[in-house]
Amino acid sequence: MLPQFLQFLFSGVTVGATYALAALGFTLIYNASNVINFAQGEFIMLGGMLAVYFTQAGLPLPVSLILAIVIPAVVGVLVEKLAIEPVKGAETVTLIIITIGASLFIRGLIQVWLGKATHSLPSFSGDAPIEILGATLLPQSLWVLGVTALVVVALWYFFSRTLQGKAMLATSFNRLAAELVGINTSWVLFMSFAMSAALGALGGILVTPITLTSYDVGIMLGLKGFVAAVVGGLGSGLGAVLGGLLVGVLEAMGAGYISSSYKDAIPFVLILLILFFKPRGLFGGKSTDRV
Amino acid sequence: MNRNAYFGLFIVVGILLVLPFVVPNSFYLDLVIRMAINAVIVLGLNLLIGFAGQISLGHAGFLGIGAYASAVLPTHFGWHPVLALAAGAAATGLLAAIVARPIFKLKGHYLAMATLGLGIILNIALRNEAAWTGGPDGMPVPAMALFGYELNNDKQWYWVIALLLSVSVWASLNLIDSPFGRALRALHGSEVASQVVGVDVVRYKVAIFVMSAVFASVMGSVTAHYVGFVTPNLADFFHSIELVTMVVIGGMASVYGSLVGAVLLTALPQALATFEGWETVAFGSILMACMVFMPKGLVPTLAAKFGKGQ
Repeated sequence: MLPQFLQFLFSGVTVGATYALAALGFTLIYNASNVINFAQGEFIMLGGMLAVYFTQAGLPLPVSLILAIVIPAVVGVLVEKLAIEPVKGAETVTLIIITIGASLFIRGLIQVWLGKATHSLPSFSGDAPIEILGATLLPQSLWVLGVTALVVVALWYFFSRTLQGKAMLATSFNRLAAELVGINTSWVLFMSFAMSAALGALGGILVTPITLTSYDVGIMLGLKGFVAAVVGGLGSGLGAVLGGLLVGVLEAMGAGYISSSYKDAIPFVLILLILFFKPRGLFGGKSTDRV
Repeated sequence: MNRNAYFGLFIVVGILLVLPFVVPNSFYLDLVIRMAINAVIVLGLNLLIGFAGQISLGHAGFLGIGAYASAVLPTHFGWHPVLALAAGAAATGLLAAIVARPIFKLKGHYLAMATLGLGIILNIALRNEAAWTGGPDGMPVPAMALFGYELNNDKQWYWVIALLLSVSVWASLNLIDSPFGRALRALHGSEVASQVVGVDVVRYKVAIFVMSAVFASVMGSVTAHYVGFVTPNLADFFHSIELVTMVVIGGMASVYGSLVGAVLLTALPQALATFEGWETVAFGSILMACMVFMPKGLVPTLAAKFGKGQ
């Protein structure tokens, strides 16, 4: 009983950490611009696929990883500069279509360039499983969880202790007021796309040794990241992290105890239930609308 | 209804009357039929997106309910196709109403999220319940019979679907000009202001959402019978996105924009087939370019440019 439960929990938390990073990315962009970025999943895919490409090309692991984070961040910035900023203030659905266009573009390019095959990345520190109470934990899972925890702490520090972070927060509360006190809001938009692409890519890299990757993994990962962001109450950073972990764990439990063929449906059942019964998200605050 | 709008309807009917005599072969007739089917779905979706300002990212799921009702009920239970179509539409309407009521009390992107979830769950169920649906491979659909006549060639289907399209255009034009349509436009403009003048915002939004879902379900049934085969791809996320894209590219809140969007995006994959492998890249670029340069969509942008708005 317990070993099985723990096993599901470990795999759920590991995948959940990736969702959490994706959800943080959604939240960053949503806060800065009110855009729901459907290309978020493609950054996860890009991270994994580029890491595979560079390591196979013979570059040392650390260099490959840095490139696989920096390149998606540049792509994110390009998307923002070329496709989002020119239509600032357009209808939500227009912006959604633009991000979907960007996601198809990125996915299509990778498909042409690196093919349709599934790829794997060697684990960062071996594959010898660690045994805990009868369940096994992969060393790579520790990497995923450790790095995610570090990122969360770093983000917390950034947003609560640095001027730049506070400027981004201020913009998310009230763009006009932020502009009035001299915050460069287009810089904030720029940063939020760069950061959320980098976060997504990082999640993609970390989880690739466990879940493998291919040109089309981004869609589902991105959508589940979106679910995680809404579960946590869209716009809340801590909520995004908890939402990601919750979605990951419930998915693993559902796959283990209920039905593995309905695994992918579980996050979406969860989101419908939450929208019905707790519409502000599990961790979202109350908000009032101004006329 | 103003005269311009009626004029457009005459042009649409005129084109539909002439088309079957000028298309060179059955390949193009099939393409035209699929354009017309999409046009009807997009008309319904545009009422929701363009006029009520709400986004559905799961409309293909509703299409799927209709299509599979028409496939499963006659095959496994011996239902008459017309009855199966009606049952699919009723089930879709009910589901849409149940989902929509709590969600329309919220503001923002929640309908997008909920419909997205609903669509994906439906799609996964269609893929998994192979005993009923044939799983990922899909299943054949029995022929449609109307008043004892079986519809079994493309020409007959063309006239049925052309009639459906003409009626839908006419109905949409009327609806927009009715008190219901004015209420919808009012609540898109400002929900608070429309509440103040006595519009029951939630009720109107639910009504239009249910209506567009039923449109999709009926056309799903029609598609299933016309093609003679259904697969879960009909109901997948990408198809939902395609439908929303047709609305937005053609022009939100524009009846004729819906038609243009449906025609262009149904033809696009055929045109892009020559790019061999680069289709996805090309499709993505076209989406982005259209939205960046014409955020209001083709028809409204062109109409504004040439100074004769609808």
